[in-house]
Parts: sequence; C-alpha cells; structure tokens
Amino acid sequence: MTIEMKIDGPETVNRTDDMAQGVLGRDSARPDGLAKATGRATYAAEAHPEGMLHGVLRRAPGIGAVRCPNLEAVRAMPGVRAVLRDARMVRNAAQGMADEAPVQGVDEAAYVGQPIALVVAETFEQARHAAQRLEVAIERTDLPIDPDAVEPEVPEAKQSSQGDLDAAMRNAALTIDADYTTSSMNSAAMEPHAAVAEWDGTTLTLRGALQMLRFNRNELADSVGLSAEHVRILAPYVGGGFGSKLGISADCVAAALAAMELGQPVRVVQHRRNVFEVNTRRSETRQRIRLAADADGRLIGLGHEALVSNLPEETFAEPVVQASHFAYPGAARTLGIRIARIHRPAAGSVRAPGEAVGVTASEVAMDELAYAAGVDPVELRLRNIPEEDPERGVPFSSHRLKAALLDGAERFGWSGRPMAPRQRREGEWWIGTGMAAAFRVNMVVEAQARIRLHGAGAVVETDMTDIGTGSYAIFQQVAAELLGLPLAQTEVRLGDTALPPGSGSGGSVGAASTGTAVWLAAMELRRQIAARLGCDEAELTLKDGTATAGNTRQDLADILSGAELTGTGHVKPGDAAEKVRQATYGAHFAEVAVNDVTGEVRMRRMQGTFSAGRILNRRTARSQCHGGMIWGIGMALTETMTHDRRDGHVVNRDLAEYHVPVNADVPPLDVHLLEERDPWAGPMQAKGIGELGICGAAGAILNAIHHACGARLRDFPATPDRVLAALE
Amino acid sequence: MAVTITVNGQDHTLDLDPRVTLLDALRDHLHLTGSKKGCDHGQCGACTVLLNGRRVNSCLCLAVMHDGDEVTTIEGLAEGGPSPLQEAFVAHDGMQCGYCTPGQICSATAMLDEVAAGWPSHVSASLDCPVELTHDELAERMSGNLCRCSCYPGINAAITEVARRGKTEATE
Repeated sequence: MTIEMKIDGPETVNRTDDMAQGVLGRDSARPDGLAKATGRATYAAEAHPEGMLHGVLRRAPGIGAVRCPNLEAVRAMPGVRAVLRDARMVRNAAQGMADEAPVQGVDEAAYVGQPIALVVAETFEQARHAAQRLEVAIERTDLPIDPDAVEPEVPEAKQSSQGDLDAAMRNAALTIDADYTTSSMNSAAMEPHAAVAEWDGTTLTLRGALQMLRFNRNELADSVGLSAEHVRILAPYVGGGFGSKLGISADCVAAALAAMELGQPVRVVQHRRNVFEVNTRRSETRQRIRLAADADGRLIGLGHEALVSNLPEETFAEPVVQASHFAYPGAARTLGIRIARIHRPAAGSVRAPGEAVGVTASEVAMDELAYAAGVDPVELRLRNIPEEDPERGVPFSSHRLKAALLDGAERFGWSGRPMAPRQRREGEWWIGTGMAAAFRVNMVVEAQARIRLHGAGAVVETDMTDIGTGSYAIFQQVAAELLGLPLAQTEVRLGDTALPPGSGSGGSVGAASTGTAVWLAAMELRRQIAARLGCDEAELTLKDGTATAGNTRQDLADILSGAELTGTGHVKPGDAAEKVRQATYGAHFAEVAVNDVTGEVRMRRMQGTFSAGRILNRRTARSQCHGGMIWGIGMALTETMTHDRRDGHVVNRDLAEYHVPVNADVPPLDVHLLEERDPWAGPMQAKGIGELGICGAAGAILNAIHHACGARLRDFPATPDRVLAALE
Repeated sequence: MAVTITVNGQDHTLDLDPRVTLLDALRDHLHLTGSKKGCDHGQCGACTVLLNGRRVNSCLCLAVMHDGDEVTTIEGLAEGGPSPLQEAFVAHDGMQCGYCTPGQICSATAMLDEVAAGWPSHVSASLDCPVELTHDELAERMSGNLCRCSCYPGINAAITEVARRGKTEATE
C-alpha cells in the first residue's frame, strides 16, 4: 500500500515529534562510514566484470569541424578493439533533471575539450596510448568565447520589474550602484566521472557516478536509443557531485555505446583534465547591483541584473537573482538574467546555483550600503527583513534570518567591532572581520520510497543517491524513528533504478523530499501494524521493536508472525510553493588577515549559524555546512577557471592549477544549527541544508578584507594580485 | 614484466605492462579498490598508500619499480578490525562522499609516525625540536590530501583524537 501526499498546505499535527524512538535529529554516525573508511565502499569505476574492456575519451583540441585522419592506423594498434566516433556520443553532460539526451554528436566541436572519440582497448594502458596517438584535425570556426563580446539573449521570463527603480535611485538618500564579477568555477568532485557498462543483448546495466538516477536512466536510454525499461543504473556510492553529476555524462554514454557494439563490458573513466571540460561548470557572472535606501539604510529600491553564459542549445542559465526576489524589501525592483551564447565548456548547476554567486555579490553590496549609511552591517540586515515576500505579497513559511544574525553575532563576538576599516594590525598583517546573510530557496521534488518490514528489522529502498550528503544516515533515522527500531536493525539500500524512484541528489532536495517519502512509507507500515492490533495508528507507540497500544504491549516480531509488510511513500510538490515563500536562512561571520606587502589573505576563523527547519541529523548537517563555508573560502580567495582568450579552453584544468581549499587554507570553523519547524515543509517540517552554507560565505570574507585593509573588492576571487592592486 | 610486491602482508607476483602504475596494479589487477584515483597526477592524495611504511602517491609510482617492496593499503589497515584512525574518522564525520577518505587515513597513519619521529614541516618553529601536533602543524602536514566535500574539521578532529590517545598510551 502507498501513502501519497502533495505538499499543498501547512502540517498542523506534527506527528514526527510524537514518535518514541528518539533517533531522528540526533548527532548520529553514517551507517556507510566504516565501509568508506576501510575501503570497502565501491564507486562507479570499481566493478570488474569478466572480460571488461577499457575506454579512453579523446578530446577536441579546437572549435570547429572534426576529422580523425589516422583513425584506421589507431584501430590497428596493439590491444585496440574499437575507435568509436558515434553520433550518439554526447557533447557535454545533461543538465539536471533534463530527463532526455543532451546535445549529441562528434563531427562538430562546440568547445575545446569536447569528447569526439572513444578508444577502446583490452587494457587501460593500451587505450590511453592509442587515444593519445589519435590525430584530431579541426577545421577551425571562429565562434565567440568572451561573454562581454556578444549581444546577450534577454529571455522575457527571466526579467522582472516593479515600480520605478531609476526614480528610486534618484530620490534615495543613499545609493549603491556597482558591478561585481564572479569566476567560472568547477565542482571538482574527488571521484572523476566514471562508468562501467554491460550489455546482455536486452538490458544495459551501467554503474555510474551520477546524482539523479531516475532522470539519468531516461537520459541514457534516450541517448543510446533504448527504452528506459531496458536500462538499469547502479550508483550505491558516489564520490561527490556538487551538480557535476546531475545529468548523464559523456563517459556513461560512450561506455554504453561501446559495450553494445562490442558485446563486452566497457569501463570509461574521465581523466581529471576531462572533468574540468566535459561536465558542467558554474558560469562566470557579471552582476550590476543597485540599492536605494533612506538615510537609515532601509531599502526602497533594489536592482540585480546579471550576465551569465552558456553554450548554444543549453537551457540552463545561472539563476543569479533567485534570492534577490525575496531577500530584501524595496518597492522598486528590477531583476534580470541575460545569457551570452559563447563557446566555453557548458555551464550548469554547481552547488547552490544562483545564490552561491548572487547572494555573495549582493551581500558585498549590502556591506557597502552599511558603510554608506554608517550603520553596523548586522543592524543593516535587521532593518531590512521583509514582513512578506516583497514581490509576490505572500507570507514566508518561516523566516529565521533575525535569529540567525543575532545568534551568529553573539557566538562570533561581533559586538564592539569598530566600524572603520584598518583598525588592527599585526606586523605585516591587517586583521578584520566581516559578515553576510545566507539565503537559499527551498524546493520539494517528487520522490518515492519503499520500506519492507520483517521480524528482524526494516529495509528502506529507493533509487536515491548518497553523494556524501548523508542519505544513508538520514533515511535510516527516519524509518527507525517511525517504526520504533534501533538504527542497527534498519538497513538502507540506495542507488539502483530497480528500486522506487527517489528525488535524486541536487538542489538540497534529497533529505527532505526522499526523506518524506520514507516517512510516508513508514507511516503506511504503522497503519498496517495498528490494523493488526485493532487500534488506531495514532494510539500506537513503537519503540525498540515493541508496539504499545492502550494496555497491551507486544513485540513487533510477534505481531508480524513471520509476515513481511511493505509500505510505500510518494510525495509530490503541491501548490504550497504558490501560497508561501519558503527558504532557508543563515548568517556568516569571518575574520581574515590581509598581508600589506604581498596581498595574501589568510582565514583566521569563521562562524556560521543556519536555520533549515528540523535538522534530521546534526552530524551530517554540520558537515554539509562546513563544506559550504569552505567552498565559500575557495570562491573568495582562490577558485577560478581561466579561459584562454583565443579559444576559451580551460587553461587550468587540473587540481594543481585550479585551487580548491586544502586543509591549511581552512581555519577553525564554528557551525550552529537553529531549532526550527517549518510547517509548510511536509510532515517532517525539514528543509534542505546542503547548499545554504555556501550562500553568502564568500561575501563575508570579502567584507572582512575590506574591514581589515580598507580595500573594497568587487571581483571574486580576491587573489593576491587583486588585493595588492586595491591596497595601493 | 614480472614483479613481486608484498601487499598487506601477502606476496603477489604479477605480470604487468611496464606502464601500469602502482595504483592501477592495486585497483585493477589485485582488485583492492580502496585506494582511489582522483587525478592520476599526484595532485589530490586520494591514492595515498604506505610504501615500506612511508606515505606515497601510488599514482606516481610505476608498479614494476617496486619489486620486493611492501605496500599497505586502506584494506590492510583494517585487517584484524578497523584501525583507531578508521574508527575516529567515522566518529568525527571526517568524511562525506568517502572518496578521499582512504587516502586521508593512509596519509594520517604515516603522518603520525613522522611527527613521532620528529620530522619538521614547513610550519615547524625549528628543524630539530620535538613536534607538537598543533592545528597548523596538522593542517600543513595533511594538505597533500584534498577533500572537496571539505571535511577538514572532522578529519582534523579525528586525527587529533588518535594522536592524543597515542601520546597518552606512550606515557603510560
């Protein structure tokens, strides 16, 4: 039996808090932790089916028509079994939730690095060598690669305007009007994209590094020309995604095509340098932010207009202004996204698409406004908390920005901070502090999950993935809480499209959406148990494997008496999102040291306070927030994909040249999670937290740099050359 | 080429293409996939194993150059039950996706030995004083192991706990 639920309105009953097991919300270990720590967790490339061949992708070294003049000679090389130049190979990874094949083809390279052939050989070394030998001749086409050099598309649906912002800017006591830029960035998950494909003549089985299996199955089926029921994808462990594994990728499709052609299993692993090109990057942005405020710093108008880029035919446009629609008040508002169609590698979702760059820039603008008004930056935010959604006029489902700001300020020791910059110096170093607010939209995605309950415990099943986010831990806790089972008796099976389709991991939706499906499946089982006892579900107390109803108490195993019960949960988004504005909130505080001689910035400490509804597992939630804040350090100080000015190729396409934060870049971090219940977030009253930690974090750091040394940087990242130039 | 390597205490004689890295020998020929390939360039540390007791990036070693050498992988550290570091990484959530974790743990295992032996690092105050495992020392010594999930707070807490415990045991 299935319980279906559409999220249409507030949950008033809050059954979750009635449960007795006491495991949900706890700081509890990952059930998959020991397998990961001992090397037993197996990722996509780690299957070794009998007769497996090895495929290596060959990339286009330029933009234009592609020929491989020595293809036959490469085919004859030792061990080589095939050189595939199949028109079904994909240009770049599919966008998140595309549900269909991305742009395909190998005859025209739309960007430098596009995979244009797969060389398959008996060993990896033979395949790599042969792929390097494959000559690729490009008949070069001059296509635009600079986002500032083309006339951008201005999609009507992405523009909005209320009131007269120009008039507000003319009449305001205080105004800020500045351009901010953020860099092209890469997810750079630790596990390179990889696939092992097997074809038995009927069914294609693919072990992949993918985030959203129910969409990926359709994308793969559509790419290779199979019906979805003949495709099965397995991804029980995924070595990080951050958006780059949302859609089916080049390795998966090429491996599948090769396996189908050769009748043998084929493995394709993207080299790290492919990872930087053939999956989706975060678009660079140019953002004009206008703030119009009264003399006290209260906003009367707000403009946020962004230029982003993508390849032709890609539907995704970095939604830079997503949070600006509701973050701050102001009757006059102009928001919009323009898209430059250029031939850099495809852009797509990277951790917190939109807010990661949009909130970060607008929080620097808010800091500038605080200084223009002579108002403490925390106080300025407190003065600008809207009472309802400033554009749609609907209420907030819950709004904890004020609480987060006050909590963070208290823990960080913000009070007494001198407002003026350049107040503290230690040798060559200027020391300063800065802050930013965090905003992130919250979404629900359709999801299903099944629980099988038997005498020895429960098994939760869904095709949902755990990309490090904690799905295994959280679903175990949800099921154990509702079914009154110890965690050890609750098993979670994920990452197999043969299981009920979950939400997939992305957009911070996983824990709350698929978690709600697990919750509903467990509720269905509670009803079945109650029916067996002849009582109402609400009278049932389940704890430690026993059921209590009225004056009777029985072991669950006895109630089941050998039977296996099955419950399924199915959650869908309803019209709640139209009735209220739902988001998550937080506050970042940072202390930095800026070297007066070299322009180097070192982090001293960071504090983050976040509110995202019920926290399902404090340990995994805290780790997600750490991750987001550290991504903020990367965005603020080091991360930038450099595109060659002639052909747009990624110059720094490996981990030695693209600088993600390392251990020594990270100062002590303090994360505090607020208690919150958002009744509009379904029966668990929980929202997503995986992306909130990055939103605004880099803004707090740039604001701290300003406070330290007086240099106002508006271009991310604040590399030493930029800091030094601003210091002089 | 024939090569005999002792892996986790067991001798393995392999006939390998000379281009096979130690990492690929472990992963593809011995099916010990606990050692991870993150970059194949010596840039990320996910492939870290212990070679004759010292940490190395196994993606930068050709297998045929290690005839007669002893290799310990993450699987080897768990023989006879998980090591204190493996348990501490779980307890402190020193992982999220888990892909860098074997490399972090192998690296930390050798790093604690280096500290015990008094090896200085870039941030040590002097070249010959005993090393105290401060936050800065630990962070510096573990910076060859990238974690994109950015679990550094948990990783450092786990290592610090094991280091402290080891010190207590040594003085008892």
